Amino acid sequence: MIAYALAFGFTALGLALALNLWRLLKGPGVGDRILALDTMVINAIGMIVLAGIASREGTAFEAAMLLALVGFVGTVAYAKFMLRGDIIE
Amino acid sequence: MTAGFSFPELLASALIVLGSGLALIGSWGLVRLPSLMERLHGPTKASTLGLGAMLVGSVAFFQLVEGKWTTHEMLVSVFLFVTAPIAANMIAKVHLHQLRFGKEPGPAGPPAAPGPDSQWATYEAPRPGTPGCFADEPAPDRRD
Repeated sequence: MIAYALAFGFTALGLALALNLWRLLKGPGVGDRILALDTMVINAIGMIVLAGIASREGTAFEAAMLLALVGFVGTVAYAKFMLRGDIIE
Repeated sequence: MTAGFSFPELLASALIVLGSGLALIGSWGLVRLPSLMERLHGPTKASTLGLGAMLVGSVAFFQLVEGKWTTHEMLVSVFLFVTAPIAANMIAKVHLHQLRFGKEPGPAGPPAAPGPDSQWATYEAPRPGTPGCFADEPAPDRRD
């Protein structure tokens, strides 16, 4: 049963990533692109978690944690650059 | 499935389906909603509820099915709960500044000022006496 749930989860997250990519390419403003990148990171974390369940090993979650950290720092850095023209003042 | 119905697997599967479905709904909202301030709503719900449900499903799976206790998922979940509002706030500030300089025309236009004698906080210079105000201090050496 968990295999069906994982198949559904991978499909849904892949579709979600495709939708985010559409918004990233189309998005009329910079804010839309930052938001699309942030959401792509969130969906990638979800995929890593599902891959960790599928492989039945607990080693994937360090990767999920690192991606969460890097994604947040990247979002804030991009937003800061758009606000101030500089990242570290 | 040959294993049949077991409650732990059913619980983990339900949480995984719920979480990935919410993530898909959040991304669909990102595509479908008309302006950025509305688009911010979709992915923030997806990141808290969707990923939260997937991570709780992962904890339940590893504890109840595999017999291993893991807490990394909770760490990821707590970190996302803390950082998602901050990232959304930064994006909203970028959007307000883009609107102010007319670089990002939205269907609703720029938002109205919050009061008759005040402006959005991100537009204003810091007031004297508040922690963000460095007006009294000497200018730092610019090394650039």
